Amino acid sequence: MRMPTTIVTTPDARPLAERVAHVADIASRYAGEVDAAARFPAEAVDAMRATGLLGASLPVALGGEGLTLTELGDISAKLGAACSSTGMVFAMHHSQVLSLSRHLGGSASLAILAGRIASEQLLIASATTELGIGGDVRTSFCFVDLDGDTVRLVKNAPVISYGSEADLVLVTARRNADSAPSDQVLVVCDAANLALEATGGWDTLGLRGTASMGYKLNAVVPADRVIPEPYDVISAESMLPVCHVLWASVWLGMARALVDTSRQYVRAAARRTIGSVPPGATKLVDLIAELERFETLVADLTRRTESIWDDRAAFGAIGYQVSINNLKVTASELVAQVALAALAITGISGYRNDGKHSVARIFRDAQGAALMVHNDRIIANTARLILVQKG
Amino acid sequence: MSMIDTVVRVLDTHGKLTTPAGSLAPDADLYAAGMTSHASVNVMLAVEDAFDIEFPDELLTKSTFCSIGAICSAVEGLLEAAA
Repeated sequence: MRMPTTIVTTPDARPLAERVAHVADIASRYAGEVDAAARFPAEAVDAMRATGLLGASLPVALGGEGLTLTELGDISAKLGAACSSTGMVFAMHHSQVLSLSRHLGGSASLAILAGRIASEQLLIASATTELGIGGDVRTSFCFVDLDGDTVRLVKNAPVISYGSEADLVLVTARRNADSAPSDQVLVVCDAANLALEATGGWDTLGLRGTASMGYKLNAVVPADRVIPEPYDVISAESMLPVCHVLWASVWLGMARALVDTSRQYVRAAARRTIGSVPPGATKLVDLIAELERFETLVADLTRRTESIWDDRAAFGAIGYQVSINNLKVTASELVAQVALAALAITGISGYRNDGKHSVARIFRDAQGAALMVHNDRIIANTARLILVQKG
Repeated sequence: MSMIDTVVRVLDTHGKLTTPAGSLAPDADLYAAGMTSHASVNVMLAVEDAFDIEFPDELLTKSTFCSIGAICSAVEGLLEAAA
């Protein structure tokens, strides 16, 4: 089972950039091993704890550092470049943190709980998918079973990324036994109040370190752990926008790493044939142009989201929702295209699993971006949105 | 072969200089001695190859390759960082 939570007694006083570089360095060192063994990037996440990064997105009033979405995106990209799985864990964790901290609804007990994320450096996972709902995370079968002061929850979740490693799990469920499938709430479950029975492993093509196993989840938690605000609001204003921006940032970081390797490969080839431009160089020009489009896309949606951060109505605007959905789809396609181009440039050196010009691991990781929350489903949701969009 | 000799050899092969590099002072301007920016790219690649180093982006400026002395001090810095 999970290890006892480390309580950070001496906060790391180093500047953010140094702490991030330290975590990225550790993530990079273990990335190959994490991938080969399909195991959780424990060393990198321990380093996030030790450097206070797990609470960094919380407002200062709750013990965090009040990092902006731009800062969180930068960190996601740096970690993603070092180890895709580590980047995804960081991105998913902070999407959960903000889904809680931005929706406390005046609840003192939820505020105390959110504060613990910083003071105890808690790792948060989420259980939003459920067997039998056809992959639509905006519907649930399971429901909140209120019994006096406690709530019982039973959920058959086909995927809970790093579920066994998390200190808290955010679980979606119907508000009560009589609620419609789309009338969902979000319940914050302590690992101590949770039984997770593994129902499947995680042996995949890529993103193998996210340890996204299936579980039968059984929780009995205090009733005040149900976030009062409906999940559709949390989803629209926090979960979805933050997930899409931070995921896209991780993928951007992976793309930067692929372009760096391609550039190194082309330069090494140029050194062998000084005076003539190696054939990969012209492909590299196209690849860099594609990376620039990718950078612009992510920066634009990050800035747009930050500009409406406290304007709740703006998150409900259809134009914004279409854009934030398209970000996930386009960014996931771009990282896969960059990976393919990097492989074409680096050739057999890139195809190899070893050697300094290998792009194999990130190539496989990049294929997961379009599939983890399948683009087809997101496009279908967006298609429904544009039917009602005016201009 | 000393570092300066290696750099001189690279410049003679790839620098497109109008005079032999060995006849230039360490601080003589290589661009004034005929090195084009295109030739400086080849010099950069050949220096990387000779010393098994890679110039980071921040060193890829005109001034890094402006003289024999400048090239040698950049190479020294990179070899020290790698040691």
